[in-house]
Amino acid sequence: MDIYLPIAEMPIDMFLILGMGVAVGFISGMFGIGGGFLLTPLLIFVGIPAAVAVATQGPQIAASSMTGSLAYWRRRAIDFKLGYVLLAGGLVGTALGVLFFNQMRRLGQLETVITMSYVTLLGVVGVLVFIESARAVFAARLGKTTRKRLAGQHRWFEGLPLKMRFHRAGMYVSAIPLVGIAALIGFAGAVLGIGGGFILVPALIYIFRVPAHVVVGTSLFQILFTMMAATVFHAASNQSVDLFLALLLMVGGVFGAQFGARAGANLRGEYFRLLLGLLILLVAARFAADVFTQPREPFSATPTETVR
Amino acid sequence: MRRALLALLFLLLAPAMASAQGLVTSLSTDNVPILSNFTGERIAVFGVIEPGASLRPKSGYDVVVSVRGPRGAVTVRRKEQWGPLWLNLDARRYIAIPSFISVVANRPLEQIATAEVRDDLRIGIDALIPQQTAARQANDPVFREALQRLRRDQGLFTDNDRAVRFISPTVFQAQVELPGAAPLGVYDVEVALFSDGALAARSNMRFAVSKFAVEQWVAEAAHRTPVLYGAACALIAVLIGWLASVIFRRD
Repeated sequence: MDIYLPIAEMPIDMFLILGMGVAVGFISGMFGIGGGFLLTPLLIFVGIPAAVAVATQGPQIAASSMTGSLAYWRRRAIDFKLGYVLLAGGLVGTALGVLFFNQMRRLGQLETVITMSYVTLLGVVGVLVFIESARAVFAARLGKTTRKRLAGQHRWFEGLPLKMRFHRAGMYVSAIPLVGIAALIGFAGAVLGIGGGFILVPALIYIFRVPAHVVVGTSLFQILFTMMAATVFHAASNQSVDLFLALLLMVGGVFGAQFGARAGANLRGEYFRLLLGLLILLVAARFAADVFTQPREPFSATPTETVR
Repeated sequence: MRRALLALLFLLLAPAMASAQGLVTSLSTDNVPILSNFTGERIAVFGVIEPGASLRPKSGYDVVVSVRGPRGAVTVRRKEQWGPLWLNLDARRYIAIPSFISVVANRPLEQIATAEVRDDLRIGIDALIPQQTAARQANDPVFREALQRLRRDQGLFTDNDRAVRFISPTVFQAQVELPGAAPLGVYDVEVALFSDGALAARSNMRFAVSKFAVEQWVAEAAHRTPVLYGAACALIAVLIGWLASVIFRRD
């Protein structure tokens, strides 16, 4: 059944979008990520204009991270102080990202920027997660324990000022790198239509050694609010948020996420990350194919302004 | 004859009507509302050739109906190899390209009139696309052809030399298919009557494709009160997220 999208100004099969919402919701529930990095490409692949696909991710990711946040909040698995610090960076990054997005759109280079960014970002993150988890899997197979940080060994950012104590996360670290990384992810999120959980979670685990029991909840909490902000920023500056599209994705997403969360509970940590790494690499490869192979149709025609 | 009468009755009741010398035409609708289940619509054009308007041609009359959607600038980009990458490097910007073109006739255009006449009268898809590019760009026919090919593939440029039917020698009916992706705006309809390869009469009509009810309301809210609209979207999102957690709560 087709439904007409008022902002994208096109009809689309309702069940296709709902199905995509369910599928990506399942994956996002399984891994505790927003799933935007899968959904945005899928929407672009089925013909939704890139600008609408990216902007509409805001409400979709906000809805799924709201559900997730509530679940982790009930389990007391959110470090709110850490969440607020990350949020501060996230908001700044999101605002800058939307500005950049609008500028690129005006220059007609938005699609190229989105494609190239996806290839780079997903490629790098995918390889990192994959290598790390593959190592962990092999180590577990060989019966070795992974190397722990030695006492007295410090990382470069530990010398930075503005140190804060995060009780629930059990760490004492400077706020500067936290805000910085959240701002970077917020920027990428606004440009690419992603929540950034798939970068934030590994970053918090590997760089800041945030314990596993608070990392997903805290990340979801910060994503919820950055994505709400992204929705408002995008709607206010480029009017590309399609409410109908968002509603379909949300409804599909929340259902998928429930089943995904159940499936995820039975997965083992390193296998779980290996799978995530593979998934990220697959999306990157799909985008890379767009840029690295000779296109069947080298031409594209985009209306730049309409005289009505 | 009964069908001809029906068509005549239709003409009298039709919402959009035009009358040129010797040619009376009408559209089945003057407004196509886009509802949430809009997947396209068929528009009918009726016409009556007034007897005695011109001498009846030997080979019978020919009718070409051209429908043109709202015009706007279009940038055509070409991907080219740049090292290992294929990037949009070359582009031409065309001004005033119709967002929709449909040319229907009762037989192939080449049989109706010569190429010169058709170009002159702007009959046919190619003739309806303006030649000029935006300032200081070399005109490259490859881009123009690509634009036509892309729009044809999207179903936005169509032609059909069998979509005009003569119900009687002087009464005809034409059908224009409007696709689901039809752009919003005002559409121009031109009916050209040919006799023996020359233009005998011409008539112009218009219809509008507009969003309806909820779609219109959503689109208007998004453009008029963007901040409020964005905030509403964010709130709805949070509400749905909360609702889901209530529904699926297991503990």
